[in-house]
Amino acid sequence: MEGTKIKIAVLSGKGGTGKTLVAVNLAAIAKNSVYIDCDVEEPNGHLFFKPEQLKRHDISVKIPVVDEKLCTGCRSCVAFCKFNALAYINHKLMVFDEICHSCGGCSLFCPEKALSEREKVIGVVQNGKSEDVRVISGIMNVGETSGVPIIKEILKYANEYQDITVIDCPPGSACTVMESIKDADYCILVAEPTLFGVHNLNMVHDLVTLFNKPYGVVLNKCVQSENPAETYCTEKNINVLGKILFDNELGTINSNGLIAIRQSDKYFDVFNQLLHKVSEEVQHETVVNP
Amino acid sequence: MKIVMPVDDKTMETSVCQSFGRTPYFLIYETETKEHTFIDNSGAASQGGAGIKAAQVIVDQKAEVLLTPRCGENAAEVIKAANISIYKTMNQSVQNNINAYNTGTLPLLTEIHAGFHNHGGN
Repeated sequence: MEGTKIKIAVLSGKGGTGKTLVAVNLAAIAKNSVYIDCDVEEPNGHLFFKPEQLKRHDISVKIPVVDEKLCTGCRSCVAFCKFNALAYINHKLMVFDEICHSCGGCSLFCPEKALSEREKVIGVVQNGKSEDVRVISGIMNVGETSGVPIIKEILKYANEYQDITVIDCPPGSACTVMESIKDADYCILVAEPTLFGVHNLNMVHDLVTLFNKPYGVVLNKCVQSENPAETYCTEKNINVLGKILFDNELGTINSNGLIAIRQSDKYFDVFNQLLHKVSEEVQHETVVNP
Repeated sequence: MKIVMPVDDKTMETSVCQSFGRTPYFLIYETETKEHTFIDNSGAASQGGAGIKAAQVIVDQKAEVLLTPRCGENAAEVIKAANISIYKTMNQSVQNNINAYNTGTLPLLTEIHAGFHNHGGN
């Protein structure tokens, strides 16, 4: 894979399935990789990597402001905004910041040039290093409604430093997840061995199919008894990339905020195999679908 | 005095709609003449900000009073800016609520919820 730039997204239908475990360990074992934490509401990856030489910068979006002296109440802006972020009440324009998608259309359409834009800080990007892994985290301010602008910004770091980028997605299958996987070359779906796990796997499975992404499943927390998630994969003919067993040792390493591959030879092997499997899959994909 | 109420259908026998922002229609009732009309809620199908659009609709109708089972915070902000008072409906019946408003027995709506923003809820 030398010289090829690849982006691997790790996703799951719900929180707590093991996305961060898989993403952090994959990035750590890949060496010279970039790890991007797109779970901007609650980024956890940096807790494991404990990155150093941190650099931070604010992320802001543009919100319209009205100059009441220029506004004639024509309502072009109100009519234009399909998100209804503007209302014209009692001869005054009201702006709802948290509804605004920062498209800038209202300012463009205003015939009186009464609308301009101001910057509103919605979060921060943290950029650091953990051994040879570049660690990028997007952290959204509490109370903000959409993490999409932050995800757009942090994904610019993909491949910037190294060839392999691992993208730790937010849980679920909403817009933030779509934004996170949009440019990914390969998707890893992490699944739990429960019926609820199957339901969540189904959601992200639909999503990656819709986005036409190559993908495979990692079965996490596997125990001896029947695994509904594995059954689902067999029935749907989904490629299982690997299985991680339910294990006290792994749980302890994880809950101590440590990275399994840096602590245990056993897990070094587990994630090394997973990385090789994924690399093969990606190479295969680039041959079949160049 | 113009009263507005979110309703499920365009007849006086219909029920009060449980949603303000996404109600299909508004009933507009004139207390002096006892005349009524129905208007479409153009906010109902919005991707987002339905409450704001719906509130804009009733403000443009020059309503003075809104009777509704509940109201989200963005809509409430618009409605309050237009000095429209919000009363809480007591049951599903359109006529009962108009009568109750006329006799002064409807309470003001004080609980403004944070908005469901397409996530349903009751």
